[in-house]
Amino acid sequence: MVLVLLSFVILLFSALLALGLSRNPHRAQDAGAYGAVAASVAGLIPSVQTLLSGRTATLCLPWPVPLGSLTLTLDPLAAFFLVPMFILTGLSAVYGVDYLRHYAGKKPLGLAWAAFNALTAAMALVFTAGNAVLFMLGWELMAASSFLLVLFEHEKAQVRRAAFIYLTAGGAGALLLLASFSLLGAGAAVLDFSSFSAPSRGLASVVFLLALCGFGLKAGFVPLHIWLPEAHPAAPSHVSAVMSGIMIKAGVYGIIRVLGFLVPWQEWWGWTLLFIGAASCVLGALFSLAQHELKRVLAYSSIENVGIIMLALGLGVIGVSVRAYPLAGLAFAGALLHVLNHSLFKGLLFMGAGSVLHGAGTAELEALGGLSKRMPRAALLFLVGSAAACALPPFNGFAGEFLIYIGAFRSLNSAGPLALAGVIAGLSLASAGALAAAAFTRAAGTAFLGEPRTERAANACESGPLMLFSMRALALLCLLAGLGAPFLLLPAARAVGSAFGLPSGYAAFDAAAVPLTYISAGGLLLLALIAIAAAKRRAFLGGKIPAEGVTWDCGYAAPTARMQYGASSFAQPLTDFFQPVLRKIGQYPVISEYFPGKASFSAEAQAVFYNSFYYPAAARIRDLAYRFSWLQHGRLQIYIMYIVVTLMGLLLWKL
Amino acid sequence: METIKPLSQYLAVMLLSPLLLGVINRVKAFFAGRRGQPVLQLYFDLYKLFAKTPVYSRTTTWVFKAGPIVSVSAVVTALAVLPFAGRPSFLSFEGDFVFIIYLLGLARFATVLAALDTGSAFEGMGASREMQFGVFAEPAFFLGLAALARVTGQTSLAGMFGALTGDSWRVAAPVLALLTASFFIVLLAENSRVPADDPNTHLELTMIHEVMALDHSGPDLAYILYGASLKLWLFGSLIGCMVLPRHSGSWASDCALFLLVMFAVAAAVGVVESAMARLRLTIVPYMLITAFAFSSLALIFQLGR
Amino acid sequence: MHTFAELIIVLIILLDLALAVTGSLSSCIRLVAVQGVVAGLLPLLAGSGAPHLRALLFAAVIMTLKGAVFPWLLMRARDKSGARKDVEPLISYPASIVLCLGAFIASSWMGSRLPLPETQVAWIVPASLATIFTGFLLITTRSKAITQVLGYLVIENGIYIFGLALFVEQPMMVELAILLDVFVAVFVMGIAIFHISREFDHIDTAELSELSDWRRGEYGK
Repeated sequence: MVLVLLSFVILLFSALLALGLSRNPHRAQDAGAYGAVAASVAGLIPSVQTLLSGRTATLCLPWPVPLGSLTLTLDPLAAFFLVPMFILTGLSAVYGVDYLRHYAGKKPLGLAWAAFNALTAAMALVFTAGNAVLFMLGWELMAASSFLLVLFEHEKAQVRRAAFIYLTAGGAGALLLLASFSLLGAGAAVLDFSSFSAPSRGLASVVFLLALCGFGLKAGFVPLHIWLPEAHPAAPSHVSAVMSGIMIKAGVYGIIRVLGFLVPWQEWWGWTLLFIGAASCVLGALFSLAQHELKRVLAYSSIENVGIIMLALGLGVIGVSVRAYPLAGLAFAGALLHVLNHSLFKGLLFMGAGSVLHGAGTAELEALGGLSKRMPRAALLFLVGSAAACALPPFNGFAGEFLIYIGAFRSLNSAGPLALAGVIAGLSLASAGALAAAAFTRAAGTAFLGEPRTERAANACESGPLMLFSMRALALLCLLAGLGAPFLLLPAARAVGSAFGLPSGYAAFDAAAVPLTYISAGGLLLLALIAIAAAKRRAFLGGKIPAEGVTWDCGYAAPTARMQYGASSFAQPLTDFFQPVLRKIGQYPVISEYFPGKASFSAEAQAVFYNSFYYPAAARIRDLAYRFSWLQHGRLQIYIMYIVVTLMGLLLWKL
Repeated sequence: METIKPLSQYLAVMLLSPLLLGVINRVKAFFAGRRGQPVLQLYFDLYKLFAKTPVYSRTTTWVFKAGPIVSVSAVVTALAVLPFAGRPSFLSFEGDFVFIIYLLGLARFATVLAALDTGSAFEGMGASREMQFGVFAEPAFFLGLAALARVTGQTSLAGMFGALTGDSWRVAAPVLALLTASFFIVLLAENSRVPADDPNTHLELTMIHEVMALDHSGPDLAYILYGASLKLWLFGSLIGCMVLPRHSGSWASDCALFLLVMFAVAAAVGVVESAMARLRLTIVPYMLITAFAFSSLALIFQLGR
Repeated sequence: MHTFAELIIVLIILLDLALAVTGSLSSCIRLVAVQGVVAGLLPLLAGSGAPHLRALLFAAVIMTLKGAVFPWLLMRARDKSGARKDVEPLISYPASIVLCLGAFIASSWMGSRLPLPETQVAWIVPASLATIFTGFLLITTRSKAITQVLGYLVIENGIYIFGLALFVEQPMMVELAILLDVFVAVFVMGIAIFHISREFDHIDTAELSELSDWRRGEYGK
């Protein structure tokens, strides 16, 4: 516990130091980055210890805030979220040093690093808080510091709009969370988590829905996701990695905690989570297929992965409601493992996108191409991240989803509604997986492979050494987490146990370790076969020098880069099929003459939820608010009169 | 420990899978009134290709060279999980069919990336169509396996096929018939057979799988052809195991019977290829949706039982 | 025997799916005929023990009517009216399949709720409700008048199968009444289609929604 406090202190101190050294951007950068890395190491040690030993550490200090107490709890669930957090923030800080280097002098780097370290401290506070007031403090600090970081490039109107939507969503979520916490702790003197108990049936459902919406606005599942595709691409890439990798998991953490308070569960809660997860999975993957900017593709893919986590949580809740405890334990473990795995590969992917931005100056897929020749190492690491994101063996994405599949198939073989839940879960996972594979081959292929489509892509430069170091570390972790998944099962089981206190212990996890070990063995076999095949190929070539030529291309001798399949053409069969969902708007060339001439084509998938629901709703609310604008007339005397009238009214009420 | 039998099964699959393609081509030639290629033609092709020097395009990078290697390794790993004549292979565990599906997904991922690496419009076209068919084929395949899991009450492939007996067919004939039909349609789509794709077309605009291999040559092309024949064996053996429930306890007779059934499946594919024309490209997803409908009907029947 | 009956139920549902998506008029007529014949086979298999002579005679008459007479009448009506051969549905292929499957799932759920006597073959009620729904689908998603007759025939097939859930062997009165109803309907509709096409030169209901002189604003052009 002391080390956790130490990491807090280091983070806050380095944040202040970075602010203080703003005049000298390089010193400020060093202060911020060293502080972040040191704090990560300091924070990782107790987290890993807690996971290995299973013991809970608590720290309780007096705090004069009403309803609040300075209670920090490090139990296995918190540790399971802290480990990816510290790994990702530490590596992102290292990445950020190289990434932000060329902004020195143009942008306030001291403020950026201070906000980054404050964000890390806030997230650590959210995961370890044992009191609702402390939790909300950390939550709001998280929102504020990430808002500052999203506004890094505030000169662009798109970024300002994204930050505004992000702030609004965060604020609405915090409001709902306050409501749900006050309902949970009604009547208590201090809103400690340990003193929360489940209210009556109807009230418990209200609390569940409030918490679901409140945390959902942070986790970003459909339909509460509209801020995610705006905010995550707008932030600098190392911050996007942290936001997508771990900040949205704070929402998942909150839902798990609140579920822990609300035992016993009602079955329809599980069905709600299941349907939300299924919709987010499939829609997230589908929308990511239709985006033409690399970071937006990754943002929608985060929505898809949060959907997978919700799906697994829903399956677990349904399992517990029908008393199929082993199955529920499996599903929860799958959800938690996916939290860890997603943070690793999504962090890697966003860092790769950052390398593209850094090297080629743009993340527009239709302006890129052939980057694997200019930045080969970053290309390899991005492909590793894509393979992990598509849940391909031997990487970690597959191991996590495999547990959820086992849960779905075991529920298929039981009776009644659980079988239906298993079918829905498995079918959504399979469809989302196929769509995600299409989305990632499209993004990686268009950006990195083929010929460069513009000058900027042709002159791209390789990423800096620190950026490559972070990406390599994450790629290695992806591979290790995939092959070593059986070892992650025990920590996940401990985390599930501390969150929900499920009966029947860890017997289910032992049964799940067997297939996971086979998967790892299969993964090792795959790697061995790849090595053998590569060696045999070299033997077959036997010293012969391969000839070189132009791409065959049906014998066409002068292909240009623009003739290649691009992002929109690659996805066109699928986006046309799903047009009623994607609602593409396009401008197609009209051919009116006999000879070839200039033509232009554009196709854009709309932000369907925003345009059809949120924007009209916001417009209605704004119009309603305008009706009351007569209250704001600017005259000081009448404002003073408002104050006096209110005070007199309060006095009369009290009498 | 029983390693001889699985090892010999595995080796048999690796050696015999190119024969399936030869059988299909011979059946098609028979329908066309020709004599046709020798049944061992693919072996001769592989031998010739391994000895050739490849030509690489200047646009390609290591991704192009790695594509065939990764895809053939993925399919060979999947074969280590696949049951043979209803008997388990090396790796048989709960949920192993999920592993097979995702290994095939890895093969597809590598092939598509290698195709996009050439910077050619035709290969991009094939890659795009390949991913599109995957989106429709995977849910159909998955639902079919889910229905099979529910019919047999098992969760591993070897367990499922081992539990299928003549009695299962007597009791659940409609479900198993629907599943066989659905798997057959997925086989046709995944292995680029008519009516999803024409393996003999020479027009690049109409190709799907062949165009992705258009730029490969030498040992790379040999890997791709071999991987395709292994994939055909994989899908064919799923149908073979379903159609031929395991009867006797004798390993040798079961294996011999299974090999005969595999050739019968290949012949059936040849007959279908000769009897039908290739579907219009926009209709192929509809064919896969039909397979999805068959699988879901089978699952509904089984859930309500 | 009961597996065979289940196989027939599956066949009926597959025919429903095929009817929902088919775009050719002659294959539509043929599918309805096959469905009628297959439905006629069902009471012979769903009962217990060997079927009576009376039941065999019934089945033979019904199969002849639905398999030979009605298709012949409809083909004649189609040729006389010179209708074009395609009857593409107004909704897309995936949508039709999903609607049909959804109808089957909904009818399975409904069938488990309805207070009906226990049948030997478990899937009769869901199959019948799904067939009735397919008939409605056929009527609403096609624009030719002949397909409306076909949709009516499919609904009649569904009701016939549903009746099996209530009685295993058909009482004579019920079946004769249904058959007379259908025969008259097809006969009358055939005549009506012939007259419509003679008057308007086509039987496309999409174009039948306006009166031609109203559209042109004048009389008799």
